[in-house]
Amino acid sequence: MTVTTIKPDSAAQAADAVRWALSEGTPLDVAGSGSKRGLGRPIQTACTLDLSGLSGVVAYEAEELVLTARAGTPMAEILPMLAERRQQLAFEPQDLGPLFGRPEGQGTLGGVVASGLAGPRRISAGSARDHTLGIAGVNGRGDLYKGGGKVVKNVTGYDVPKLMAGSFGTLTALTELTVKVLPAPEDCRTLLLAGREDAGAVAALTAALQSPYDVSGAAHLPAAVAARSDVRAVAAVGGAVTLVRVEGFGPSVTARVAALKEELGADAVLDRDESLVVWREVRDVAYFGPTPSPASAGEGRGGGDDSRHVWKISVQPSEGPRVAESIRWALDAELYFDWGGGLIWAAVAPAADAAAAIRGALGTAGHATLVRAPEDVRIAAEVFHPLPDPVMALSRRVKESFDPCGILNPGRMYAGV
Amino acid sequence: MRMPAPDDGVIARRREIIAALRTIVPGEGVIADESELRAYECDGLTAYRQLPMVVVLPSTVEQVSRVLRTCKEMGVKVVPRGAGTSLSGGALPLADGVLLGMGKFNRILDIDFANRCVVTQPGVTNLGISNAVAHEGFYYAPDPSSQIACTIGGNIAENSGGVHCLKYGLTTNNVLGLEMVLMDGTILRLGGKHLDAGGYDLMGVVTGSEGLLGVVTEVTVRILKKPATARAVLIGFPTSEQGGDCVAAIIAAGIIPGGMEMMDRPAIHAAEDFVHAGYPLDVEALLIVELDGPAAEVDHLIEQVAEIARSKGCCYSRVSTSEEERLSFWAGRKAAFPAVGRISPDYYCMDGTIPRKALPLVLHRMQEMSGRYALRVANVFHAGDGNLHPLILYDANKPGELERAEAFGNDILRLCVEVGGVLTGEHGVGVEKRDLMTDQFDEVDLDQQQRIKCAFDPDGLLNPGKVFPKLHRCAELGRVHIHKGELRFPDIPRF
Ligand SMILES: Cc1cc2nc3c(=O)[nH]c(=O)nc-3n(C[C@H](O)[C@H](O)[C@H](O)COP(=O)(O)OP(=O)(O)OC[C@H]3O[C@@H](n4cnc5c(N)ncnc54)[C@H](O)[C@@H]3O)c2cc1C
Ligand SMILES: Cc1cc2nc3c(=O)[nH]c(=O)nc-3n(C[C@H](O)[C@H](O)[C@H](O)COP(=O)(O)OP(=O)(O)OC[C@H]3O[C@@H](n4cnc5c(N)ncnc54)[C@H](O)[C@@H]3O)c2cc1C
Repeated sequence: MTVTTIKPDSAAQAADAVRWALSEGTPLDVAGSGSKRGLGRPIQTACTLDLSGLSGVVAYEAEELVLTARAGTPMAEILPMLAERRQQLAFEPQDLGPLFGRPEGQGTLGGVVASGLAGPRRISAGSARDHTLGIAGVNGRGDLYKGGGKVVKNVTGYDVPKLMAGSFGTLTALTELTVKVLPAPEDCRTLLLAGREDAGAVAALTAALQSPYDVSGAAHLPAAVAARSDVRAVAAVGGAVTLVRVEGFGPSVTARVAALKEELGADAVLDRDESLVVWREVRDVAYFGPTPSPASAGEGRGGGDDSRHVWKISVQPSEGPRVAESIRWALDAELYFDWGGGLIWAAVAPAADAAAAIRGALGTAGHATLVRAPEDVRIAAEVFHPLPDPVMALSRRVKESFDPCGILNPGRMYAGV
Repeated sequence: MRMPAPDDGVIARRREIIAALRTIVPGEGVIADESELRAYECDGLTAYRQLPMVVVLPSTVEQVSRVLRTCKEMGVKVVPRGAGTSLSGGALPLADGVLLGMGKFNRILDIDFANRCVVTQPGVTNLGISNAVAHEGFYYAPDPSSQIACTIGGNIAENSGGVHCLKYGLTTNNVLGLEMVLMDGTILRLGGKHLDAGGYDLMGVVTGSEGLLGVVTEVTVRILKKPATARAVLIGFPTSEQGGDCVAAIIAAGIIPGGMEMMDRPAIHAAEDFVHAGYPLDVEALLIVELDGPAAEVDHLIEQVAEIARSKGCCYSRVSTSEEERLSFWAGRKAAFPAVGRISPDYYCMDGTIPRKALPLVLHRMQEMSGRYALRVANVFHAGDGNLHPLILYDANKPGELERAEAFGNDILRLCVEVGGVLTGEHGVGVEKRDLMTDQFDEVDLDQQQRIKCAFDPDGLLNPGKVFPKLHRCAELGRVHIHKGELRFPDIPRF
């Protein structure tokens, strides 16, 4: 099929493009930097709406804690700009490039929000949804509209920006976003606990998260995964590694690390640089990526088997070890925990019944998304967790309220949505 | 402010409707007696009053579901109500509507320390949740000043916040799961004890939807461990500009305090006269900055904050040295509303957010307006996040003063929007700010929001007349006009 790409360079043009698609009855594949090919349910559209032309930071007011940028602005432009003022996007957006064997730093702000991505700091700082304050964009009727606001505290009207986070471009082609920015921590340290099995590790993470010490990362890497870390102190353990991150002002980090060490009995403390590397690996699911990093030349990080399918499983933390155990029992799976046991990343050897086994293990304790798999697998399996009937019915009506003719990414998340 | 005209047809069927409701909620759960209905005629926005047609107090989710389904079938409007503390008239009853009181949903269902969450019914008070987990040193972070009275269901509907919210987020950032009932009686569960509900973030749009999308029947919130210590510093400035500069400099230094509140001279004086907190009376702006966390962090940061304050020209500064002293700093701020109530027969509390840098301009223009309307204004301000609470002082017994106070309030909110802010930072739109929505949003924006409403409640029976200035029929809003072939858009780059 001939594929047309429309690349507007203004919001008004984006609206024209959607109106054109509507008049032609041609669905659009909504793309940021277009690293999305492997994402979600495969869809077939003759036309791509490439929003990477809508680029550039519109306003950055560090003291107001807000940044407004056009949706196609590369994260690679935004993150250094924030770093210069010692600020950050506190939800720690993931860069899944390495997982898909692509270069790092490819995503756009619109793509990050539309994909609802968040890293290890999800447990303390929230997700993309929690930091998206305002949006402008084109709905499936070709209307250019705005929602939310440009200040950190706003309850005027419905919180439309929240609905955009994790909607994968199915509700609105975003043209501009306003996000909350926060100070970047001055210092960062990581307590390392060696050799704990899953249940014991999650118990330790729970204790850390129940402490008043403001833990901002809580992950557990079983032995085979830990062995792939670029951080020597992690790989060299030769067994499972449990990680607890503490960030903030220098004296505070020192005091909290000392207190946690006392409570948890840590085997080592990673310094700032090692911490930055290991949490980036955890964040970006680097252990399951196909490409070894240049630094380790074939060893260490990466080296994951890219024929494995990668699942992202959100679960109530106390159930994490049990769910992991039943997945391992049913499938040939490698996995690790983030979010204090509440997030399981699983790399699963291809198997016909994998989706059923994983979702069966979860029951009602959470949800599972198939993040990496070849197209034919994603056609056959439900990529996103099936929703209970009443929620699905409501979701369909919400989709219709934005996009009654199914112009924007139809079927990307769910059939008919 | 006009409410939609009551439907005489519905009012004529009142007895039949009450009888149908009695088959669902027995005994005292249906209130039809006028003297008893009186208790529900308004919420915290007492300027507007209306007796409901009937009050229903269900005690199970099945009853809520059947009440809503029955009302839908009979074409009857429903207004949900928690504790009735809304300051924007969100729970104002309708003459032709059922008032659905959620007060009997008053049990905490599950306290789960391992997963750091609490599952509760919606009628439990905000403070009730913190109290239930206090024995293990936990608390629920969002802390509206009304926390001893307001319900968590009302907090969800209003996306309530408080002093803690700069650092710990609003209600929406602290909710993990909801059970809710749609107008057609459908019971839905969103999220749970895990993160990210899956699918669209319906929980995100329900939070802050002011009772227009569904009735919340169960809530899962996250709880946090109490910080090890908290200390506060009281800082006075000769001008409000300097106070504003100091706030900006604190944030620019990377410090996000647990709370950061500012008061202007009239508010300081009223509070000091009332509670004798020891506030300085010769300053134009008073800042309370609270730092919480491990002692080492708090000690380190309080020094930095004091240093920043000096560099911004503060003329008064006092650091709390005991828990008692810290609480006394807050006592004045927390009593600011009643304190202002003592110096004026009535006051009207506004709630808008501005970009903080616009503070000097906004305060200046407010002074001008104060002269023009011949009404005094006192200001308390959630300084960290730019949320203003101007208190307009008036006397309802003097003819015309209430109307002037309202007009003054509207002008302030329009000014907030004009400088890049929003109409409401925490109290909601309700009926109060409904007709100002067109100042912040254009018709296209509002139509899209109302289409979301249609997805949840296609007949528009849940809490109509609130939030949206114009009621549309969903069928009209849904039409798409396509002009096939007329649009070719030659200018858009194509590849
Ligand atoms: C389930 C899942 C699968 C993933 N698969 C891949 C993958 O195969 N390759 C990869 O590199 N990364 C993948 N990622 C990661 C993620 O897509 C990227 O890291 C990055 O965030 C996307 O940025 P982008 O600008 O390239 O967006 P794209 O990859 O172009 O788009 C990502 C999603 O966001 C939507 N979107 C993008 N911009 C807008 C906009 N302006 N308005 C509305 N919607 C928009 C798209 O429709 C798409 O659904 C995946 C993430 C998840 C959660
Ligand atoms: C002295 C005082 C101080 C205040 N301080 C603050 C403050 O600091 N911060 C702040 O944010 N607010 C504050 N408020 C406003 C008010 O307390 C909050 O908006 C609160 O969340 C309302 O809760 P409620 O239970 O009283 O709800 P109600 O007033 O009964 O209802 C409020 C809205 O919620 C809807 N609703 C209630 N329960 C449900 C339910 N179960 N399902 C669906 N919809 C429902 C109603 O229809 C209505 O639209 C204050 C109010 C007072 C009187």
